[in-house]
Amino acid sequence: MVEISSNLLLVAFFLYLIATICFAISVTGRKWRDKQGDVTGNRLGMVGYMVTAIGFIFNVGYFITRWLAAGHVPVSNMFEYTTFLGMALTFAFLILYGIYKTNVLGMFTLPIVMLIIAFASVFPTEVEPLIPALQSNWLKIHVTTTALGQGILSIGFAAGLIYLVRTLDFNKRDKKVFWLEFIMYCLVSLVSFILIRYVFGLFQYQAVFQYVNEAGEEAEMVYHMPAVLAPHQGTPVSSGVMEPLLSMPVWLRSDDANTVLWSLGTGVLVYAVLRLLLRKPLGGAVQPLLKNINPDTVDEVSYRAIAIGFPVFTLGGLIFAMIWAQIAWTRFWGWDPKEVWALITFLFYAAYLHLRLSRGWHGEPSAWLCVIGFVIIMFNLIFVNLVIAGLHSYA
Amino acid sequence: MEKIKCECGHFNPYGTHLCESCGKPLDDKDKNASMVDMRYEGVARRSQTYNKTIIDKIWNFFSSVKVGIGIIVLTLIASSVGTIFPQEMYIPSNVNPAEHYENEYGIAGQIYYTLGFHNLYGSWWYMALIAGLGISLIIASLDRVVPLYRALKMQKVSRNEGFLKRQRMFGIHEPDAPEQTVEDTKWFLSKKRYKVREENGSLLAEKNRFARWGPYINHVGLIIFLTGCVLRFFPGMYVDELVWVREGETEAIPGTDREYYIENEEFFVELYDENDETFAPALQRAGGPQVQTYQTNAVLYQSEGTGTVGTEPELTEVKSDEIQVNHPLRFDNFALYQMDYKLNELNVMSLSMNDRASGEKIGTIDIDLFDPQGEYDLGNGYRVVIDSYFPNFEFNEDGEPSTVSDIPDNPAFIFQMFSPEHPEEGEYSFVGIQRNEDVFGENDYEMSFEGVETKDVTALTVRKDLTLPFLIAGGSIFMIGLIQGSYWSHRRIWLRRFGGEIWTAGHTNKHWASLKKDFVALSRETGLEVPEDKQAKKAMKEKEPNGRDDSNG
Repeated sequence: MVEISSNLLLVAFFLYLIATICFAISVTGRKWRDKQGDVTGNRLGMVGYMVTAIGFIFNVGYFITRWLAAGHVPVSNMFEYTTFLGMALTFAFLILYGIYKTNVLGMFTLPIVMLIIAFASVFPTEVEPLIPALQSNWLKIHVTTTALGQGILSIGFAAGLIYLVRTLDFNKRDKKVFWLEFIMYCLVSLVSFILIRYVFGLFQYQAVFQYVNEAGEEAEMVYHMPAVLAPHQGTPVSSGVMEPLLSMPVWLRSDDANTVLWSLGTGVLVYAVLRLLLRKPLGGAVQPLLKNINPDTVDEVSYRAIAIGFPVFTLGGLIFAMIWAQIAWTRFWGWDPKEVWALITFLFYAAYLHLRLSRGWHGEPSAWLCVIGFVIIMFNLIFVNLVIAGLHSYA
Repeated sequence: MEKIKCECGHFNPYGTHLCESCGKPLDDKDKNASMVDMRYEGVARRSQTYNKTIIDKIWNFFSSVKVGIGIIVLTLIASSVGTIFPQEMYIPSNVNPAEHYENEYGIAGQIYYTLGFHNLYGSWWYMALIAGLGISLIIASLDRVVPLYRALKMQKVSRNEGFLKRQRMFGIHEPDAPEQTVEDTKWFLSKKRYKVREENGSLLAEKNRFARWGPYINHVGLIIFLTGCVLRFFPGMYVDELVWVREGETEAIPGTDREYYIENEEFFVELYDENDETFAPALQRAGGPQVQTYQTNAVLYQSEGTGTVGTEPELTEVKSDEIQVNHPLRFDNFALYQMDYKLNELNVMSLSMNDRASGEKIGTIDIDLFDPQGEYDLGNGYRVVIDSYFPNFEFNEDGEPSTVSDIPDNPAFIFQMFSPEHPEEGEYSFVGIQRNEDVFGENDYEMSFEGVETKDVTALTVRKDLTLPFLIAGGSIFMIGLIQGSYWSHRRIWLRRFGGEIWTAGHTNKHWASLKKDFVALSRETGLEVPEDKQAKKAMKEKEPNGRDDSNG
């Protein structure tokens, strides 16, 4: 059953890829439209939408079959939650496309969905039993609602990104262009991370190190990528592996730091190659494709996404969270880092809404805020779970 | 302050920008603008009108959305700082916080501790931020909602030309049959679920006005929620206790004034089966057993009478329940939660007294480690007296035997063994876990370990929280208001006839594209052209869109 489930997810992934291509052609395909004298572009958008919908059905298939296999709702570890977030993002896209019919939204959202699903697959995918604290119906209710809220809010990010790429002046080399390119670089690094992880996984690369851990004891650490950063007082056990360049202090998880270094390094390389090939900022290279996009519409899409997502997130991430915390942990609020970051997300989008409604922050400032909001969501998903220890770090 | 009379005859409060009734711009700024500022319908807000007394100044400060956003952002930043290192409540309770932060996190940890960030969310300034947020919520809402309510209630159907002309969406049309067009519009917009009012051939079609109240309702919810949080600090509202209960024992529940008692019939920990088909790979990777259940089979009793300390209470069973994580036992306003446990706590220790030379066993004694007897008579002139008992044995700083606590984690005894050979003084023997020493010289008899009985102990959190109803009410009202304000938008379409001309104007508090869609549909039905969007036109000219949804109300 688990195998069927994984296959369904794979199918969904490739359907999203096809849909992305459809949307991309429909957005950039003005030239072809001219030749045929017909509106091919728009129809391809519709095709993309249908393919996305079918992909979503497969995605739901993954979810249901995994649920059946595990006997509990599959949102209980990093792989399952992150995959569900990708699914929620697709669902949110299906709704917002239904309202605004903007093909460009598909062209940006679906790659993000694919990135999220690919990123999820980096984590262990085995079906795990539930610890006592998670055995509750509120697992279904709280986690799915929160993920859905985050998915809808992420559409705001996609639309904000489109707005920025569409409107920034890439001939200037100012702060705005720098930061947009920084976002591009981050996305490139994420792709690099997934790819090198996959490549080294293909060759089953392994380097085992003996090191001295925090408790001052001898321990072993297994690297799945060549070690540039060695663990504290580490010596390689495996033969024929790369000699590390630097030794890390004891409090740092050196294998994770090593992976991050590899990703960022490969990211720099890929980004540099792209820049050389394109001879302009990545955003500037994409911009001409978007010249027919109406920035006002994109701005409204991003606002609409946040107006829809904010109540959903609040309900799932704060209210349902508090109800469950009262039942499982005896108190509705305990300043656990994950709780605090959910509150921060809430406060951030509350500030966004007030700035937009009362201070007239439309268009560009609003788009930047959408980007920052997404960074907070990702921070809460990745950093708070994996780095800051707390009650939520069971994954 | 005197009222301002508009040419339509309506008296407006001092400070009004747009007449509450007909919408005519009353001050020069609006008269000269191409678009009127529709935020809060141009009503007279106290904060925008008065600024003399100290109360005015405080009112104006807290009614400002800019200040509100400032407080939100400060709270946000402060909250994030509190997650850099664990808060004091999450560090081990047996360490000195000052040392802990320095040892674990170095100089940064030391600074963190010195600045009080280890207890950030309980600090006076964090509380002050939340209080400021509450005050801002109240004042900013009152400043807007009251006049806004008046204006929306007062609004006339046929609006002033100056008002219509200065709407973001405005158009003039000359249809062939104006009367018919108005009729068609009325019919069509009613079909689109607009509430259409008619007056002298003018129309006002309005939809979802209730969405305007959403923000104020959710602010009320938040205020109730924050009030609930403050109530926590009043005595009697909140109980947070822990009770340890051994299997088979019954304890008074702290916080209930000895009215309720809890019995632990059984406590157990259940592990997942390592050979489970589905979970085996994950369990293997985790490399250790995984807990499936922590459970206390508990019985709740209520005591009859006054429950004076010292007298044995008369208990009646109220109910029995299986307490698990996620399944507390509830009674009255209390709940008992599975919080902690201790397996195999020593309970009864059995020792035998033996004759060293012959190896003959004289007799066995069972010592209740929580309530040892002073003397155990073995008959025939043999008896054992407990000279000293150390439930949790250690040598103290002076090298003397002593105990760390009353919990028998490491029990040790000094026995005095009486026998026919030593009837007066007895012989002294020191017995502990993996220790058995004669105290004064060679003894004829010895105490030897026979066995132990252990019990499991459960720890239950006792919780009463009378603030919960407030939080539930506040949270619900907040959600209702939030959804009301987010999922609907207030749209209005005005139609006014001047002879053969029809003027149309439209306004919405958000999502202009949706309003435009309605106009497009209307145009298809009635032939009325879609009014021009001044904002879009301006944006096209400036290439720099700078729109503004008019208000959060």
